[in-house]
Amino acid sequence: MIGHGATGMLGEDGIHVDMNHLKSGEVNLGTSIMAINFKDGVILGADSRTTTGAYIANRVTDKLTQVHDTIWCCRSGSAADTQAVADIVAYHLNMYGITNNEHPSTQVAASLFQELCYENKDMLSAGIIIAGYDPRHGGQVYSIPLGGSLHKQPFSIGGSGSTYIYGYCDANWKEDMTEEEGIKFVRGALQEAIKWDGSSGGVIRLVVLTSKGAVRHLYLPDTGYTGPGATQS
Amino acid sequence: MAGFDFSNHNRNVALHARGVPLPKATSTGTTIVGCCYDGGVVIAADTRATSGPIVADKNCEKLHYIAPKIWCAGAGTAADTEFTTALISSNIELHSLSTGRPPRVITCMTMLKQHLFRYQGHIGAYLVVAGVDPTGVGLFTVHAHGSTDKLPYVTMGSGSLAAMSVFESMWKPNLSREDAINLSAEAIKAGIFNDLGSGSNVDVCVIQQDGPTQLLRNYMKPNERGEKERNYRFPKGTTAWLNQKVVLKEDMKKYVVVEEVSGDKDLAMDVDS
Repeated sequence: MIGHGATGMLGEDGIHVDMNHLKSGEVNLGTSIMAINFKDGVILGADSRTTTGAYIANRVTDKLTQVHDTIWCCRSGSAADTQAVADIVAYHLNMYGITNNEHPSTQVAASLFQELCYENKDMLSAGIIIAGYDPRHGGQVYSIPLGGSLHKQPFSIGGSGSTYIYGYCDANWKEDMTEEEGIKFVRGALQEAIKWDGSSGGVIRLVVLTSKGAVRHLYLPDTGYTGPGATQS
Repeated sequence: MAGFDFSNHNRNVALHARGVPLPKATSTGTTIVGCCYDGGVVIAADTRATSGPIVADKNCEKLHYIAPKIWCAGAGTAADTEFTTALISSNIELHSLSTGRPPRVITCMTMLKQHLFRYQGHIGAYLVVAGVDPTGVGLFTVHAHGSTDKLPYVTMGSGSLAAMSVFESMWKPNLSREDAINLSAEAIKAGIFNDLGSGSNVDVCVIQQDGPTQLLRNYMKPNERGEKERNYRFPKGTTAWLNQKVVLKEDMKKYVVVEEVSGDKDLAMDVDS
């Protein structure tokens, strides 16, 4: 490979593109993120570790990013790329809300994310989960993995830590959980992901999206991720 | 011929393939920090600039002006931090003039991150952005690739690990102005003494909500050059000579030819007007 520009390699069996490339010194979100549907809406969850190589650049990162009142996303991959994409989507949803005088649906937000992630797939390393609540469709969860495809799912897990919790999620997932059960499910899954994945750690952040709006939760490692729980909205 | 000319790119690739190394940029192996306190924010930096293993400048300035109450500390490629902050400073001033409002720290941070993201990390500027505005105190880090973080205390550069260890062991909420200055200076000193890329003096900038910004240039000088124990000047007459000739001032005229020049204006030299 010559420099950073060349990301594609032509082999006998076609073109190989390394989409996990991070430029040297780039800030990485070696991450555990997830979002689930529950009875009254959706819950998003994430760890709080950002790394540059072996160094933890931020131990209290907020990977849950608001792109509209009750549409949020979980970011994984390159911090710079996912922040740039989320900023652009937030701008478009803001404009959508003003010009149409109604809240954008979660699907509109997810489509905007997909457009950016698919059209610029060879320049981005971004794995994003979008979750939102709108009065017409209720809670919805979408995931956009590296290639830029879009998947509507009952729940979604992502980031390097997610590989460790496929079993946990498969064994414990239930449709139409209560808020309390949902929080317990997400917190328990992320606790396992943080335990096994070296690139995940710090605090657990949650956002609960319902008809009542967004409520943040925080769980600290000092108390074995038991509290303090719901913080400001 | 229309279109772009890529011949230089092809030349560079050919040169690189033959083993010609890329030119080295002057980079600042650096320690820079920032720390919030009740009613303001402090940023601090060391003053060593390096180019490879050479100390290029023993007392350079790494604290950059953006606006009266927004300042930036820069690590990474010296030229890039200098020009990026100057560009954003200029645009912030125009923005503030057109809106008729004091500039905000988050505006500055957003302009920096969008500029750096566009250049995909090729502009090697790693910055700590700090300031106060009508919304309160702001402190951010901006990485060369365009990612940002918001924290109550931050460190960057090659000495960031040493500096962060000081913050992580001594920082507490609700610091006073003096505590914040002392803690930041202490963190920079940890970088100066424990990181090879950092050295010389401590620069501090205090930005307060009520009161003017203070740039405390060379706030600490922990590496003052001491008096030499001995000097190696030879006493007069150490070197032997074969002969000597004394020329008196009055006799100098004999060795000089004096020519008179006319004061004719037409002969005067042309000077660019």
